[in-house]
Amino acid sequence: MKVLALLLVITAVGVCYYKVSRLGVPLAPDESTEVWTVEATLTFDGIGQSAKAALAIPSVPPGFTVLDESFVSSGFGLATEDEGANRVARWAARDLRGKQTLYYRVVLNEDGNNNRDRETPVPIYPDIPEYSAPERAAVFALLENVRSRSADTGSFAQEMLRRFNDPTPDSEVKVLRDDTARPLEQVHKLQYVLAGARIPTRIAYVLPLAEGLRHGSLRPWLEVYNGERWLAFNPITADQGFARDVLVWHVGALPLVALDGAENADVDFSATRASRDVMGLAQQRARLLNSDILEYSLLSLPIATQNTYKVLLTVPLGALVVVVLRNFIGFRTFGTFMPVLIALAFRETELIWGCILFTLLVALGLIVRFYLERLKLLLVPRLASMLTIVILLMAFVSIISHRLGMEHGLSIALFPMVILAMTIERMSIVWDEAGPKDAILSGLGSLAVAAVGFLVMTHPLMEYLAFVFPELLLLVLAFTLLAGRYTGYRVSELWRFRSAARAIARR
Amino acid sequence: MRSPATLRRLGILGMNQRNGDYISIYNQRRFYPLVDDKLKTKQLALEAGIAIPELYGVIEIEHQIRNLDDVLADRREFVIKPAQGSGGNGIMVIGGRHGSQFVRSSGASVSRAELEHFISNVLSGMYSLGGLPDKAIIEYRVQPHAVFDAVSYQGVPDIRTIVFRGVPVASMVRLPTRQSDGKANLHQGAIGAGIDLASGHTVDGVWFNNVLAAHPDSGNAVRGIQVPDWDLLLELAARSYDLTQLGYLGVDVVLDRTHGPLVLEYNARPGLNIQLANQMGLLNRLEKVRALTSIPDSAAKRVELGKRLFGDA
Repeated sequence: MKVLALLLVITAVGVCYYKVSRLGVPLAPDESTEVWTVEATLTFDGIGQSAKAALAIPSVPPGFTVLDESFVSSGFGLATEDEGANRVARWAARDLRGKQTLYYRVVLNEDGNNNRDRETPVPIYPDIPEYSAPERAAVFALLENVRSRSADTGSFAQEMLRRFNDPTPDSEVKVLRDDTARPLEQVHKLQYVLAGARIPTRIAYVLPLAEGLRHGSLRPWLEVYNGERWLAFNPITADQGFARDVLVWHVGALPLVALDGAENADVDFSATRASRDVMGLAQQRARLLNSDILEYSLLSLPIATQNTYKVLLTVPLGALVVVVLRNFIGFRTFGTFMPVLIALAFRETELIWGCILFTLLVALGLIVRFYLERLKLLLVPRLASMLTIVILLMAFVSIISHRLGMEHGLSIALFPMVILAMTIERMSIVWDEAGPKDAILSGLGSLAVAAVGFLVMTHPLMEYLAFVFPELLLLVLAFTLLAGRYTGYRVSELWRFRSAARAIARR
Repeated sequence: MRSPATLRRLGILGMNQRNGDYISIYNQRRFYPLVDDKLKTKQLALEAGIAIPELYGVIEIEHQIRNLDDVLADRREFVIKPAQGSGGNGIMVIGGRHGSQFVRSSGASVSRAELEHFISNVLSGMYSLGGLPDKAIIEYRVQPHAVFDAVSYQGVPDIRTIVFRGVPVASMVRLPTRQSDGKANLHQGAIGAGIDLASGHTVDGVWFNNVLAAHPDSGNAVRGIQVPDWDLLLELAARSYDLTQLGYLGVDVVLDRTHGPLVLEYNARPGLNIQLANQMGLLNRLEKVRALTSIPDSAAKRVELGKRLFGDA
């Protein structure tokens, strides 16, 4: 049986984990996440002949999931293809004249899980460049210095960057660094120096994302190959890894844009950010992944049915509360699942008023019941009479509370009359057989368990989890199965047997 | 409050363990009807020769109520109870006759018509578990043995013995008090006094979870009373295992002035209060019996085994 419980747990956790990690279904209700919309605008001039334009576009950018991609380029033929570690969009058209504008738009979701260093393509190790004499001395001195302060390629590169960017540089760095150079040239210089240690490098052109970005442009970052994968570094701060708000556009030698038969290419970048509800994104992502798991979930049912299930799926949680409070703590209740039904009834009346109404109606009902007792009725007609009287009592309480201006008495409308009638009947029998103390204890126990059950079942997180991850109810099942074999003490017994324990211990 | 580890060490049996490790394993469901229906119990006991209060008659259908006189004959004392009743419900005890009236044990008088009406109610299931149609048993009214007079208030004290695999493991006497309204029900205020299995002597009693030495109504000491016919009583309990086939059984016996120990009823789910009454945990005793590889066939030998293993003397 433990095997069965284990299987249930594994299934539950497994399905849940898949949904959360692969599809990004949120673990808490109302989560939203940031979605970026980035646009690249390519402009060029047609010179009266057939032209081809090629624009590098993002290819599985680290740290993001691509949700959608679109091109605006009427009149052009369009093809996209992979080229090494990059992707390229190629437009072509005949007889182009005048200014042309082409748009590329990509919608991305920040996805921390996707931030893995890339492993391909595997580069060739560069030969040591032909340095000039003064350069050579500086380069090797610098390399030696850095090597002595680093443990592997990654830390080597980081140390190199740190020194290179030091505001008070060493003499070797002074020789090599040109403070007036543009960022791209500086990174080229870094590559030149690192080649002295035969470390493969490439440039990753990234777009720093900011809300409301217009006329943005790509920045060069440095990627270094450590034998297994490409490590990314901010060439100025020496931080490793692509930052959260940086989008890798293209890497390596491939140019951002290449024109054939046209002139004056210019690429402009803009970006905006918006919040999107995570649940919707997860469904979209599931569709993109051709994953059916969300299609077969409760979310595909009509809304009315969904709402019913939202309540139904919390009932096992209520049952779990009953199991724990009865078998582990030792509460006494009427009936096994009466408290769960009472808890469901509390959904109409809220907790405090529900308890008050419940107590009031049961007390009134008991008084009536004791009168009925004197009539010596048979069981079934007695129950039917009780039911009728209970409903009349409820109507009475509603009217009175309305006249007194208390609106809560009206929410009784769907309070389960049958449960009330049964409770009154059971309670009066226990009263007769075992005395008032037992009856009241069991009654209060039922109410307490119902209250706890209500709090658990209506907790927003619980309602959400039970509905979106119904497989977690398998965990509840596994627990109740295991609890079926629990032969330990109930907390109430620790108190009940204290005198016997004392006596035995003394002996 | 004690910790669970302490209770475990002291050998206290909890409800979860009683249900999971003992009742569900040693009591098969199909034998339950034999003990829930008092009529079946009586018939089985008669066949097996186990002493019970004499059965005067059974009323099964309304029509038979007419022949009540034949059943009652001239008896002045008798008890009418439902065959499937629970607790002490629906029991009418008649202590005498006064002309055409019957006098209840409480002193109130009932007419013949009221008596018939009561039986009719019993038949229709008013006092039975689940409200099912029932039968009315008319039986001998037990005259309690005088031995407990000093520590009992009205009612009939009864002796409950737990019999595990046919071996008696523990016993207690339930003494009615004014608080319990003459009922031998611990929840309602009766005193539970443990009985040493070897000698049949009572020990201190427990009242609502607290130890007490003297009966609250009479002030007399509860401890040290010798139960008469103790060995016979234990043997009745042991033989009940053969009768009912229930491995974890509660046997309720009353001591009659003239007839000695009589089995009143059986319980397939005996409670845990016996531990409080004896100020001792059941676990050690049950484990000892569980560990036995062979249990003697004869009831007398099993009684001897119980006395030897668990007697204080």
